Amino acid sequence: MRGIIPFVAGAAIALSAGWAGFPYAIYKSRPQPVDFSHRVHAEKAGAKCEDCHAFRNDGTFAGIPSLDKCTGCHAAAMGTTAAEKNFIDQYVTPQREPQWAAYARQPENVFFSHIAHVKLGQVKCETCHGDQGSTDKLPRYQEDRISGYSRDIWGTAGRPGMTMDNCVDCHRKQKLEREHSCLECHK
Amino acid sequence: MSAKKYGMSIDVDRCNGCGACMVACAVENNIPPAHAGINERKGITWIRVYKVDNGEDYPGKRSAFVPVLCQHCGEHTPCASVCPQQAVDVDPQTGIVGQMPERCLGCRYCMAACPYHARYFNWFDPVWPAGMEKTLNPDVAPRMRGVVEKCNFCHGRLHAAKQRAAAAGTEEIQPGDYVPACVEACPTGAIRFGDLNDAASETAKAAKDANSFRLLEKLGTDPKIYYRSKKDWVRQIASAPKVGQPHENNVGRTPRSARDPLVALLAPARSSAPSSAPLPTRKETLHG
Ligand code: HEC
Ligand code: HEC
Ligand code: HEC
Ligand code: HEC
Ligand code: HEC
Repeated sequence: MRGIIPFVAGAAIALSAGWAGFPYAIYKSRPQPVDFSHRVHAEKAGAKCEDCHAFRNDGTFAGIPSLDKCTGCHAAAMGTTAAEKNFIDQYVTPQREPQWAAYARQPENVFFSHIAHVKLGQVKCETCHGDQGSTDKLPRYQEDRISGYSRDIWGTAGRPGMTMDNCVDCHRKQKLEREHSCLECHK
Repeated sequence: MSAKKYGMSIDVDRCNGCGACMVACAVENNIPPAHAGINERKGITWIRVYKVDNGEDYPGKRSAFVPVLCQHCGEHTPCASVCPQQAVDVDPQTGIVGQMPERCLGCRYCMAACPYHARYFNWFDPVWPAGMEKTLNPDVAPRMRGVVEKCNFCHGRLHAAKQRAAAAGTEEIQPGDYVPACVEACPTGAIRFGDLNDAASETAKAAKDANSFRLLEKLGTDPKIYYRSKKDWVRQIASAPKVGQPHENNVGRTPRSARDPLVALLAPARSSAPSSAPLPTRKETLHG
């Protein structure tokens, strides 16, 4: 009996340490280059999603905007926040592109088409990206140390995941006979 | 979207063996430069121009060039039926035979099953010279060592065409909006591409041409690559007999030249031992 208590206690400590420590062991994380706030831009600048996240004429999605979309407004500081000053000093003035990390980035062999979903399918940004378009703070970007994949494709903080199962689930729910072949979504 | 059946018609009489299709294909599909340890059997050429001749000596000698790529078999697709991993599928919407390298376990059963030598194994991890990575095509994912790959009619271009169509608010791709790289590169217009279901398409018409033939039609795999030649000897070279069964075109006809790549490729002997079949040397395949 005396042997069991230390064993159970030891197992509990080892398990909880593993449980808590595992994410740090498997994921490495880094902050985004700029303290960007979607909410500030929606409220103070009245910017719409497509002002920054536009489609090109050939139907491809431009994704995260490049610096030239920002410089029009941020040539000089409009507010007094440290975040804006940092952004201007480090990126706008030296004309340096911020190295954004895309939380939703899929593995290299996945083909995803925004225009098919947003324009033909009328799916809302929020359905797939959750509240990311209206947050005030950018969470740290986490990537799997082994595969290099973003943790977010598995779904985090109440946001939907975007794994192969998730894609297929939605397609099936909408009675879309979509999965004719693997190359439909792979490349 | 109405179901398509993409196919090609290749006019052998127009092919002058320049190899532009092979280069365009390699560039489009992120095929790395040949590894130092590469030999004829280990290289990767989704499309490959073979030189064939009629086996006669001067002055009767005639030769021709035959580009061979995945034939996108529609029936009993040999590679798909043997794959233990379901890494190969035939898209019912397009007829394209797709290969999923990430799903492939590298057993190479499909390579043995393919009657056309159209599948290639990655013996090495891809390596690009410094700086060249920037020129890779983002629409095609590079493959890793240990998996099989092959032509998929430049599927990345199909994706791009679909996106252009979506930008115009439709799912229907216009003919000519989706064309594989080899077709685009061919300087003599020998390779044409189109929808075989669309009776008005040039490819569908060419397929019905009296001079049209397919490689190893007798196997019943229903390939979607139609070849065409006005020359009898060229048309015959493509129709090897069924194994152990003489075919009227082949009675009394031994492979006329053991070095003749298409004969070697298509001779019945190779169906029992594909890897021991004499493969052409590079010199012979292209500029022989
Ligand atoms: C002022 C320009 C701007 C506007 C307007 C804007 N965004 Fe963004 N968006 C950005 C920038 C810069 C990033 C990169 C930072 C990041 O990854 O979160 C980003 C990132 C995102 C991401 C995260 C992508 C990822 O996976 O990393 C989503 C989702 C997004 N925006 C959605 C929206 C939606 C929805 C709207 C409209 C409600 C919107 N954005 C409006 C600039 C903008
Ligand atoms: C339509 C004009 C406009 C555009 C375009 C624009 N911004 Fe802003 N931005 C603003 C305004 C207005 C503020 C609020 C300034 C204030 O009052 O503090 C702001 C604030 C900021 C801040 C400070 C955030 C905070 O917490 O207050 C950062 C960082 C920033 N912007 C980055 C960017 C980046 C990066 C881009 C390009 C993707 C961009 N902005 C594009 C108008 C714009
Ligand atoms: C059907 C789900 C879905 C919808 C709807 C959707 N997205 Fe995405 N989004 C994705 C996926 C999946 C990726 C990752 C794409 C990749 O890595 O190729 C992504 C990536 C992004 C990125 C960063 C990727 C990059 O290329 O830079 C941004 C920004 C983004 N989405 C914004 C939006 C906006 C804005 C909308 C609404 C107009 C939207 N998304 C609608 C699934 C979706
Ligand atoms: C919320 C639902 C939803 C999710 C999640 C979703 N899709 Fe879709 N998808 C759709 C709809 C709706 C369409 C049909 C658009 C149309 O009307 O053509 C579609 C169509 C497609 C198409 C066909 C595009 C074309 O041009 O033919 C592809 C490819 C695709 N989705 C890939 C993906 C991938 C990859 C993912 C996961 C990362 C995904 N989808 C997640 C709803 C979804
Ligand atoms: C609806 C779109 C869709 C279809 C259809 C689809 N996939 Fe996927 N697949 C994805 C997405 C998105 C991912 C990446 C996210 C993940 O790992 O789940 C993925 C990941 C994979 C991976 C893991 C790759 C890696 O690098 O981790 C394999 C293997 C795979 N798919 C095989 C297949 C095969 C085989 C088929 C055909 C039977 C297929 N997929 C059809 C969307 C799709």
